[in-house]
Amino acid sequence: MAKYILKRVLRASVTLLIIITILFTLLRLMPIEGYFDNFDKVSSTQIQVKLNSLGLNDPLPKQLVRFYGQLLHGDLGTSNIYRKGVSINTIIAEKIPISVKFGLVSFALSLAFGLALGIWMAYSTRTRFKIGDRLGTILIVVVQAVPSAVYHIVIQFVGSQYAHIPMLFDPAQPVSYILPILSLSIGNTAYYAMWLRRYMVDEANKDYVMLARAKGVSSGAISRKHIFRNAMVPLVQYIPGSILSTLMGSLYVESLYSIPGMGGLLVTAIKRQDNTLVQALVLIYAVVSILGLLFGDIMMAIVDPRISLSKKEGSR
Amino acid sequence: MKNLYRQTTDTLGDKLNAQLAKDLDEDALLAQMGEGEAFSFAEFHPEAAERGGYSNYSYWRATLRAFFRNKTAVFFLCLMGATLLFTFIQPLLPGQKDPLLVHYGEWGLPLNNVPPNDEFWFGTNSIGQDLWSRIWAGTRTSLFIGFSVAVVEAVVGILAGVLWGYVRKLDFFFTELYNVLDNIPQTLLLILISYIMRPGVSTIIFALSLTGWLGMARFIRNQIIIIRDRDYNLASRCLGVPTRRIIFKNLLPYLVSVITMRMALAIPNAIGSEVFVTYIGIGLPVSIPSLGNLIQTGRSLMQMAVLRYQLIFPVAVLAVITISFYVIGNSFADAADPKNHVK
Repeated sequence: MAKYILKRVLRASVTLLIIITILFTLLRLMPIEGYFDNFDKVSSTQIQVKLNSLGLNDPLPKQLVRFYGQLLHGDLGTSNIYRKGVSINTIIAEKIPISVKFGLVSFALSLAFGLALGIWMAYSTRTRFKIGDRLGTILIVVVQAVPSAVYHIVIQFVGSQYAHIPMLFDPAQPVSYILPILSLSIGNTAYYAMWLRRYMVDEANKDYVMLARAKGVSSGAISRKHIFRNAMVPLVQYIPGSILSTLMGSLYVESLYSIPGMGGLLVTAIKRQDNTLVQALVLIYAVVSILGLLFGDIMMAIVDPRISLSKKEGSR
Repeated sequence: MKNLYRQTTDTLGDKLNAQLAKDLDEDALLAQMGEGEAFSFAEFHPEAAERGGYSNYSYWRATLRAFFRNKTAVFFLCLMGATLLFTFIQPLLPGQKDPLLVHYGEWGLPLNNVPPNDEFWFGTNSIGQDLWSRIWAGTRTSLFIGFSVAVVEAVVGILAGVLWGYVRKLDFFFTELYNVLDNIPQTLLLILISYIMRPGVSTIIFALSLTGWLGMARFIRNQIIIIRDRDYNLASRCLGVPTRRIIFKNLLPYLVSVITMRMALAIPNAIGSEVFVTYIGIGLPVSIPSLGNLIQTGRSLMQMAVLRYQLIFPVAVLAVITISFYVIGNSFADAADPKNHVK
């Protein structure tokens, strides 16, 4: 187990290194306007002086080495336009708690509702009219098929128009938390419900379940102890990733409700072309998603002793 | 459709019954015959030799039959067919307006924000363009993006997947490449590419295709590894069939259903991504109408109750298209699974 985790961590670090290099190289292609807050007014000499002082005219390998040095010291640089001269670490430290707060609440909600819906749907496939399954499928199809950018707008529209909930987030009004949290959790709710239902239905058709039934185990015990537990194994993989990704917030929902969190920050940084801020946020984004996958794999190996991912590395 | 289907099955059933009765008769005949008669050498008939082991199971016929049995899927197929057809013939119909033309009223003022009426069926937008024709032009743009991404995904994904699965030397290279690329969130790449390159249709297609093929390639690779060494492929190899022919004749037909499904699901995804980048402000310019920028414009006006039609119409069209593709893709995948053919 320890060997597997070590191997997996090493792999993740190598992947991370490669991805940071790729992203850094890509980001060098960004328009240079993003390093100035008054690009139209400065002369070309001033531009060159600024670019030299930022080290952007150096050859790429040299820039990369310096960049890695900065990263090792935990320095992400300073913002150029969004809040000129302020360290990006400071900006992020203000934003992360807001995103995490929203993220964790909606994560808990979507897990609770998603699993409940999934179990209900799986259960109702065995009843006559399959009402639960049909209703749940409608929700899942709509959430999966309609682009999230669109159903968030619909939620905002309906909520503010007919339920008279404020359209934008306001820290002083607790009511205004409802719509963003609903928006944030609905996607994951449908996702968890869809997969749990599928895994539970698959699991219920397996031979060992039939054996348990033949032995006279009550159907409640079969569902709880066998079907549900085994069906949860593949889902467990996504949980660490979902928790970690709350650090980054949701790009779309946060800017839609003007929540001052991390996701909204990236959208603002892009709109205002603040290159250093975009770079830092993109890197954090990549790190968070890689760590999420890593913890997910480790978690799955812990939960299910049958899985030994070290052997079937090729099939990943 | 239903009648035709019933008729076909009935005829088939009658034939089978007749055949069964005939077979039973032959058995009875055989029993009556003496041993010498029954075991005499039969004459060799080439046609009769070919007949052995024949079954009239046809994969595609069974797939289509299973698909058309699903009423929801058929409904969405008709809906999508009608929408697609209309999207493409709309500019050819008489009396349609130019999506970029600004309409002016009597005193030379632009007819902006006109609510839906006889002349402007979906009203006009804030600078006086006809929303009806803009929506269909936007649907064409969005569908073009969707189809292009799906085609690139299929072509690159199949090619990479086949090489990855079939050529053992490339396995390590592709696996590592996959591990690195798959870890980059697609949203992030989409944002970065759109940020770096000039906004436009080709930028969005490029950004979405850059990692879109990964899932397809991995799927094809896994399937090919599973079926690569089955007996019929081994037999082909022993008979000296070239690799290319094995891939195209033995392996890929087996995967057609899933490839189709993945393509069908890639289309709503691409359309949604376009809406998303346009929202962030790095998508298509307003001069190229797309569902993304129509929805974006509508969203900014939605507080005003009279102007809400500018949001509702594009959202409705988009929902119809994406839900249809999604449902059809999934139902087709179910129908294509031979396990669901036995009924």
